[in-house]
Amino acid sequence: MRLRRAAWHVAGLAMLSGCVAPRGLYYWGGYEDLLYQAWREPGSVPIERQVELLQRDYQQGQALHLRMPPGWHAHLGVLYYGLGKPDEALRELQIEKTEFPESGTFVDRLVANMKASR
Amino acid sequence: MNRRLALAAFVFVVALASGCVTVKPYDYTNLRAHRPRSILVLPPLNESTDVNGPYSYLSTVSRPLGELGYYVYPVAVVDQYLKDNGMPTAGEMHQIPLQKVHEVIGADAVLYTTLTYYGAKYQLVSSTPTVGVKARLVDTLSGDLLWEGQALVAQQANSSGNILADLIAAAITQAINAKTDAAHNVARLANQQLLMAPSRGLLYGPYHPKYQGD
Repeated sequence: MRLRRAAWHVAGLAMLSGCVAPRGLYYWGGYEDLLYQAWREPGSVPIERQVELLQRDYQQGQALHLRMPPGWHAHLGVLYYGLGKPDEALRELQIEKTEFPESGTFVDRLVANMKASR
Repeated sequence: MNRRLALAAFVFVVALASGCVTVKPYDYTNLRAHRPRSILVLPPLNESTDVNGPYSYLSTVSRPLGELGYYVYPVAVVDQYLKDNGMPTAGEMHQIPLQKVHEVIGADAVLYTTLTYYGAKYQLVSSTPTVGVKARLVDTLSGDLLWEGQALVAQQANSSGNILADLIAAAITQAINAKTDAAHNVARLANQQLLMAPSRGLLYGPYHPKYQGD
């Protein structure tokens, strides 16, 4: 009887420890794979497709209540700019700055460059 | 008898020596003094023979640094920005004065990395995807070295114990590895060892709940 109870305790503990897998701070999705692919074979994934994949990751992150990682919104913003969508680009860059104030100097510079070349 | 005793003493000393080799903890004085919030990761210098190695590696660095709690500048955006501003190679990017990095990017620290090995290491019956990297984190305002580390990681190949079967499997895994670039996944392991090794890795950054608790 005692043994059985002990066995349950052990099983319970094992389950608990299995369930509390360390949860990351961010939802990374396919961001890193996209980076690698775009560098390894430039042009192999059209920008439209990259934006689409990142948007899907964003939905996933929302569903899991996870933030998108540092740099992610700025990266998406630059992709939007490449697609000729400056409003979306500026929106994403603003989100980057709000979420991570450390990005401010660099984001301001990117925005200034975009506005200058408009 | 004396000889035997000497041998025993020798074995004892060897056992003691090998048992006592513990990793010396890193001296975090500088890192604790500066506590950078944001890290600029530049493309690595390449000492490996693989031309794809540097960008394969660079695409795997943001995640561990981000999950440690640091703000990491978007690596592809920065790379393109620097290329557009007359710095086409990692070598030139590593030469940018720290003051300039702080002024233009706003980064508290720069992570300078060098890829020392990237690709398959050929052994008797198999090739082992291996990645070697060394890194230095430097404060942009003071120029102080905040942290440095290195890692060389090989993915362990599976052996069936049957040498003929292993030889055939080695040929097959090599063909597959060539396409999927097994070293790319090993780069993640190398980062884990480099950045997250107990008492040698980086301390937690400001976005991590354990910030300043380590």
